[in-house]
Order: sequence, then C-alpha cells, then structure tokens
Amino acid sequence: MKPKLAIWKFSSCDGCQLGLLDLEEELLQLAERVEIARFVEASRRVLPGPYDLSLVEGAVSAPEEVEQLRRIRERSRVLVAIGACATAGGIQGLRNFLDFDPVKVQVYPRPEIVRSLATATPVSEHVTVDFELHGCPVEKGQLLELVSALLAGRRPEIPAYSQCQECKAAGTPCIMVSRGEPCLGPVTRAGCGNRCPSVGRGCYGCFGPSEDANPAALGGRLAELRLEEATIRRWFRLFTAWAGPFREESLRHE
Amino acid sequence: MEQLVIDVEGLQQLLDRLVQQVYEVIGPRVRHGVVTLAPLRSVSELPAGLVEVQAPGSYRLEPMETREGVRPLFVHRVGPESWRHFLHPPAELLWCAERKDGHLRIHPRAAEAPRRAFLGVRACDLAAIAIQDRVLAGGAHADAGYLARRNRLFIVAVNCTSAADTCFCHSMGCGPEVKEGFDLLLTELTGGGEHRFLVEAGSDAGANLLRMLPSRLPERGELEERRRRLRQTAEGMKRSLPPGAASVLARNLEHPRWQALGERCLACGNCTSVCPTCFCSRMAEKTGLDGTRAEHWRYQDSCFNAAHSYIHGGVLRHERGSRYRQWLTHKLLHWQAQFGTPGCTGCGRCIAWCPVGIDLTEEVRMLGEVAA
Ligand code: SF4
Ligand code: SF4
Ligand code: SF4
Ligand code: SF4
Repeated sequence: MKPKLAIWKFSSCDGCQLGLLDLEEELLQLAERVEIARFVEASRRVLPGPYDLSLVEGAVSAPEEVEQLRRIRERSRVLVAIGACATAGGIQGLRNFLDFDPVKVQVYPRPEIVRSLATATPVSEHVTVDFELHGCPVEKGQLLELVSALLAGRRPEIPAYSQCQECKAAGTPCIMVSRGEPCLGPVTRAGCGNRCPSVGRGCYGCFGPSEDANPAALGGRLAELRLEEATIRRWFRLFTAWAGPFREESLRHE
Repeated sequence: MEQLVIDVEGLQQLLDRLVQQVYEVIGPRVRHGVVTLAPLRSVSELPAGLVEVQAPGSYRLEPMETREGVRPLFVHRVGPESWRHFLHPPAELLWCAERKDGHLRIHPRAAEAPRRAFLGVRACDLAAIAIQDRVLAGGAHADAGYLARRNRLFIVAVNCTSAADTCFCHSMGCGPEVKEGFDLLLTELTGGGEHRFLVEAGSDAGANLLRMLPSRLPERGELEERRRRLRQTAEGMKRSLPPGAASVLARNLEHPRWQALGERCLACGNCTSVCPTCFCSRMAEKTGLDGTRAEHWRYQDSCFNAAHSYIHGGVLRHERGSRYRQWLTHKLLHWQAQFGTPGCTGCGRCIAWCPVGIDLTEEVRMLGEVAA
C-alpha cells in the first residue's frame, strides 16, 4: 500500500501548498508514489486517517486550531511543519508584538465576532514536530527532497547553516561587505537558492534563523553601518519576526 | 631563468594561444563591483586601473590614479573567490547508482576534467594551491577529481606590485614574490610610461608558449623595476601575523578571549568559504521520487556549522567560540602537524569578507598579549 500524504492548513496565505501544486510534472510522480489522501486545495476527495506524512501549513492563531492540530498529530506518523507561518508564526506573528484588541478594531468592522488567540504561534509550540521546512514560501526543491528522503528512508538534506554559505558557493558578491548594505544572510538559514543576494538585494530572512544564529552581533554591525534603531528593528521584524533569536534582537531595538 | 618582455598585445596573444590550445582561460573579471574569477578571452575584460580597498569587513573596488600614465591590469589583488572554487568546487558529484531490471549499477564520476588555464594567480594563492595539493593529492589517498583537474591546469602567475591593507603574505613567507609552482609568471611594468610585462617560464609548457609570443630581452631598468616594486610591496604591507602564532595558540586554548569571540562571531562561515586552503566537505545522497537513482554528492562544509563536529551521538562544538577556536587552531597550529605547513597564506580574504570584520592577525596578537 502506498504511504498516505495529508496536507493541512492553518492561518496562512496558502502559498506553501501552492508550491506543492507548482511541482507540476513531479506532482504526477508524487501521486504515483504516495496516496494523496487529503489536499483540499487540489481535490475534494478526502480519505480518512491515519496518515503516514502530514504537511502542516500555517500558524496557530484561533482557539479551535489548537484542538484541530492535536487531532492531526494523533493521526499522523510523521508531522512536518512547512513554511514561515508554521515554523515561526509568519507575517501574522507581527501582531504578537502588539496589543491585539486595538488592531482588531482597526481591521474588522465588527471586531466582536473575531475569535482569535492573542498570538499567532508556530506549530511546534503546540505539538511535537518531526521536521520543519522553512521559507516564505517553502522551496519546492526542499519539498521534493523531504518526500524523496522519507520514501527512501534517509535523512533529508536540508541545510541549517547560514545563507552566506549559499552566496559563496554560488559566487555571489557579498552585499554587506562590498556595499555596506544590510543583509540578514549571516543569521538566516540557507535553502532558498540564494534568491535575494544573487540579484543584489540583502536577505530578508524568510527562512528564519540559522542554527546557532547570533543576531546580536549582526544588529551591532548594522548599527556600525549607520542604520537607525528603528530600521534595525524592522529588519529583524519581517517574515519570521516571532522566531526566538530574531524576536529577541528586534526587542533589543525597541 | 629566462626572462623576456612582452607588451599588452603580447598578453592578448598569450590568451589567444591558450584558447587555441583548448584551454578555458579563467581570470579576474568585475561582477557587481567585485573582482571575481570567470572565463575570459580578451585583455579588455581585465579590471584595468581598478584597485581593491579592503579593511576588516569591508571591500570596495575603486579606480586608481594611473601609474606613470598607465592603467595597470593587475593592481586589484584578491577578490572573494579563490582558485579553489575551480579545483575543489563547492559541489561535486562523486558517483551514482541506478536500479534497472532488478540490478544495481554503480557509475563512477565522469573522469573528464576540464582543461583550464588560470590567469593572474598571486603568490599567496600559489602557496594555497600547493597546500591543497598536499591535502587533497598527497599521500596514499589522492582525490581523483582534484588530481585530474590539477594535472590539466596551466598557471599564469602574477607578481603583486602593491598590497591591500588586509594582505599579510610577507609574514607568512608566501609572497609577494612568486617563486615556484607556475607555468608562466608575469610582472607588470610601467616604468617610463610604457605598459609591458616581464615574463618568466616555470615549466616546459610555459617555455614553449613563451617562445611563440613576440618578445624582447629585458633592459636592466626593467629588472630593477621588478625588484623595486616587489620590495616596496613587501615593505609596505600593513598587516602581519605575530611570530610564534602557533605556540601562542597552543598555550591559550582556554583563554577567555575565545568566549568573547563567540559573542562577536556570526558562525556564518564566510571565512572558511573564502579561504583558499580550507578543504572540509560533507557527503550527501540525492534520490528522486521514483527511487531508481541515487547520487552521491560532496559539498563544501565549514567548521562553523554544527554538523561539522557531529559524531555518533551529538555535536562536539556547541559554542561559536569553540568553532572559532577550531578554525584558528586548525589554520595556524594543527595544520602544521598534519601537513607540514600552516594552513594560512596571508591572503587576507577572511578578514575582508567577515561581515563583522574579525581579523585573525589581531586575535592572535590579543591572545598573545593578554595574560591567560
Ligand atoms: S550578501 Fe548577505 S547572505 Fe550573502 S555573504 Fe553577504 S551577508 Fe551573507
Ligand atoms: S586563513 Fe584567512 S588569510 Fe589565511 S589563507 Fe585563509 S583566508 Fe587567507
Ligand atoms: S576544519 Fe575549518 S579551518 Fe580547518 S579546513 Fe576545515 S573548514 Fe577550514
Ligand atoms: S569569523 Fe567572521 S566570517 Fe568567520 S564565521 Fe565568524 S563572523 Fe563569519
């Protein structure tokens, strides 16, 4: 019997699931190797659990999501959080820095009907996560690598080191050293394929903090490059603002 | 050694001859304001009159005042990339396995190595190639891919007629004068406002090529200019590695400075990525969805990555400070015992390309001065 794959969505933009649809040719190959048991963005057919692999997109930001996530965990052999929302809280994690009630009033005409948690948090804060795929959105190459590795029974080859090493391997000239412009690459996980630096733009940190990242040292360097406190704070408060090391550093520049 | 003089047109002819002999010529070219190493065919593609202004954590390519009315082609020095990028590339397929008709077939890597000519190799980088030769091609277990690429290589070296602020090759005994390990050696001369190159052959292949170029014998003033420029480059070098660096490190393995370094260091691995002698790698399998093919790849690694010190059961070097200590003590202390020389040539790349400007010469100095 083919292993069963299920895709789940919490608070998110659907971009990561779209990455899966974006696999195109490989999606057909994938469908040959696994039973796509639940992928509501692609098909209305839903097969019952348990599932061999659950890919979970989105942050947990509403009360019922906590319970739903627990049930998914119970029915999944391997659970992988995919994307910046599921691994770090994502863009909606920005509200965690604010008092949420006034925000609700600004955004919704009838804020009293919005049932929301005060914070948007990563999946790993609520259930045990077996693996995380980072990125906003995730890289389709990494999605394929993850599934191929699980099918072959080997460790997925997903880097945890810095974006800088992708720059150097690709021969991309360093933006910070050669132009004095800000870049989150030294504290950001590699894996995006060197997207921003290779077109001459500083890394926005969408893959979240690299292993053993040292944002304090980078924050200090950005100050030496004459960035204002507020600007440094905004640099660390982007797609993965609520990820521990970035969060702490942005708070240091409040 | 025979020394001859060629002009800029002669240099172009040298490139043409190399191309005719089916070498892919790789040399310094400007990309996004940085000197990188890339294929080139024309002298006009070289970074004429551009000089690298380097400091810890900073690099700018700037136009220089002409030298005696001439825009020299080789006054930049070393950019972030080194020749290691081509000889020991950041990613290499080693072998692959295929499952077909119930059988497993193993295919070794393609034996074909490109025939390449490196143009503009500096003394420090020749020393680095010699170091990697010992590491990767020495002993009983030579790296076949490295050896194949190395054996098909033609090297046109260049003497440095000025140094960057980050250079310290002189104190490492690696430069600025090129002594060995080249096929041809150029020294760029501008005396009297005439742009020309003193050329020396270091191999039969080099001598044969040199003979095909329009040249003349050097005048005494030209040999004198070579000596003078190299002396000035050596004497003008602003940085140096303090003498006895290895024993300073050996005596200070538990120094509080390592912890302070851990607070400054980003563990980003830029230093090991730009270093021309670093060789560490990790292996990884790539398999497709259909499970019929597996590839075994080698990727560049860094001792600043956690997985570098992973052995059965866990990671040994948890703190950034201990990773920095691994880097510095390997370069300057343990390398000596392993391979007979330090693993540093004084090229200064790791100083300029460290985003927070950590300078290894300064760190050694501090470790030596501050009482443990
Ligand atoms: S451009 Fe950014 S990611 Fe790339 S090496 Fe420089 S600091 Fe690192
Ligand atoms: S340690 Fe630094 S200065 Fe020494 S060879 Fe490596 S990059 Fe160059
Ligand atoms: S251990 Fe570190 S310093 Fe030594 S060769 Fe490897 S990467 Fe370079
Ligand atoms: S010494 Fe500099 S370049 Fe090397 S890992 Fe630390 S911060 Fe990065």
